[in-house]
Amino acid sequence: MFYQESGQFSTRYRQDGRALRLWQQRAALWALLALAFGLLPFIGNDYWFSAILIPFLVLSLAGLGLNLLTGYAGQLSLGSAAFMAVGAFASYKLQFLLPGLPLLLSFVAGGVVAAAVGVVFGLPSLRIKGFYLLVSTLAAQFFVEWLLTKFAWFSNGNESGVITAPPLLVAGHDFGSPAGRYLLTLSVVLPLFVLAANLVRSSLGRNWMAVRDMDTAAAVIGIPILRTKLLAFAISSFILGVAGSLWAFTYLGTVEPHGFDLSRSFQVLFIIILGGMGSILGNFLGAAFIVLLPIVLSILSGSLLSGVLPAGQLENLQKIIFGVLIILFLIKEPDGLARLWQGWRARARLWPLRF
Amino acid sequence: MSETVAPLLSLAHISLSFKGVKAVTDIGFDVAEGEICALIGPNGAGKSSLLNVINGVYQPQQGEIRFAGRSRRAMQPHEAAVAGIARTFQNIALFKGMSVLDNILTGRNLASRSSWLEQAFRLGRAVADEEAQRAVAEEVIAFLRLQAWRHTPVGQLPYGLQKRVELGRALAARPRLLLLDEPMAGMNREEKREMSQFIREVNQVFGTTIVLIEHDIGVVMELSDHVVVLDYGRKIGDGEPEAVRALPEVIAAYLGQQRH
Ligand SMILES: Nc1ncnc2c1ncn2[C@@H]1O[C@H](COP(=O)(O)OP(=O)(O)OP(=O)(O)O)[C@@H](O)[C@H]1O
Ligand SMILES: [Mg+2]
Repeated sequence: MFYQESGQFSTRYRQDGRALRLWQQRAALWALLALAFGLLPFIGNDYWFSAILIPFLVLSLAGLGLNLLTGYAGQLSLGSAAFMAVGAFASYKLQFLLPGLPLLLSFVAGGVVAAAVGVVFGLPSLRIKGFYLLVSTLAAQFFVEWLLTKFAWFSNGNESGVITAPPLLVAGHDFGSPAGRYLLTLSVVLPLFVLAANLVRSSLGRNWMAVRDMDTAAAVIGIPILRTKLLAFAISSFILGVAGSLWAFTYLGTVEPHGFDLSRSFQVLFIIILGGMGSILGNFLGAAFIVLLPIVLSILSGSLLSGVLPAGQLENLQKIIFGVLIILFLIKEPDGLARLWQGWRARARLWPLRF
Repeated sequence: MSETVAPLLSLAHISLSFKGVKAVTDIGFDVAEGEICALIGPNGAGKSSLLNVINGVYQPQQGEIRFAGRSRRAMQPHEAAVAGIARTFQNIALFKGMSVLDNILTGRNLASRSSWLEQAFRLGRAVADEEAQRAVAEEVIAFLRLQAWRHTPVGQLPYGLQKRVELGRALAARPRLLLLDEPMAGMNREEKREMSQFIREVNQVFGTTIVLIEHDIGVVMELSDHVVVLDYGRKIGDGEPEAVRALPEVIAAYLGQQRH
């Protein structure tokens, strides 16, 4: 029994209300932080930063944004990529229109614009629920994509709609190298996770879950339903907007509407379904799964089947395996990876005893 | 009960129908501050509908609701909560995915003073606010003896305990008027005894006025100061328990065809 939780009783409400109640959890978090900030930037190679770590972090953040809206507040959405696009383009446009605007501030401003758009598309949520709300967020997805490709103003008259992101300067330092882009992404993503973790354990977070679980009862105890839902749309879209800026600025290095199409919205949805609805940790787990599985599959199939199948079919095969794995996983663990993780912890507590 | 003090709650000429089907017809009665008032009547008599009118879940077509000195044509749920009315439901309406503690804390949402930004940054009023709400929730948990299940998701609790948690969520709001829709339905004798004890204590210790719906006549007689009898949406009895029990209409309509 190496993993012990015994003896750690909360003697004050403040301790009991902590996100990480056990010292093992807090120690693991500090170790991870030391690894992420202190070690990885020095030992990682460019492939790791550009193809794995940066997309993993940005997609975790996007998952967080959608999870607040869907997993916590119970409002279904297929418009995640639209709000990401709004954030990316707003950051870009603001940087262009206000030269000298600090980079981080332009990310925040992009998030604020995305939040405003999110509120507008969240308004129908007062009247419609579930499947119908999904359709209305789908409208957001198509509308934003159309808007950004239709009007050249958004991409500064660039014919292809693809624009190169400006240099990544923060306080005079250039974060343009792969390790720099990774550090910049990490430094934006982690604080937002901390804020979200605070929020879901506070009064607003409980109001979200109350509205999700039973909105009539929520209204009866005095929770303002419209305000609660719209705040969920606003905060979710803010986070998605920042994720969109990061996707364009630190991951792709270009700002373009096609990176934010419906399949991106589905990808974000898969992350929270796989990771776990209503879980903060689950967003990391789901994003890791989504980023790593295709890489693992392509390595495996590349070494096993190269020469046997043409490259195009290999890619299709990967997609099929990916889909089947997701379905199998969901049948076995419908509550996502976060629940699986809890199960492992519960078992570690008892190990080596079986029950 | 003194006649000079204005009642806390007063209903007058309340009529409610659903697409022409009358659920409640021209009902009026008073509930004095500090009393336990029982609403009884056969199934479908309109008891739950009346409770829903009092806290604004249903808006009656006619009538007037006077609560704490303010008169209204109809209540709104939010307005009722702000005015100090809390309730439980006939079919438990807990937040299934949340823990016992979180469910009870939601009952304090109107008392929370900090903004969501303060909550996100754990700054300003947020920390003190959260601790204050937690302290009240813990009082409720101790009072209802729910300590052992504080962090258990309510969906995993047995029925009797869920009913208790729902009472806890209502109590956390420190209401002036507590509406309980069949708080003991589906409970065994022991659980019923416990729940009656809680209700009595709430009334005596906190001075909370209570309107409750209950089918078990024994419990009603023991617990209530005042009984209102409904049948087919009309009021057929209103007074002290013993007096109401003796009314011939009540015996005919209710006690004759009791189902529980
Ligand atoms: N939302 C509604 N829509 C349509 N009819 C309703 C609705 N709510 C109640 N009714 C009808 O109003 C009448 C009174 O119902 P109500 O639930 O108030 O009775 P009750 O006295 O609480 O009965 P019970 O003891 O079974 O709970 C019934 O005929 C019921 O079918
Ligand atoms: Mg009823």
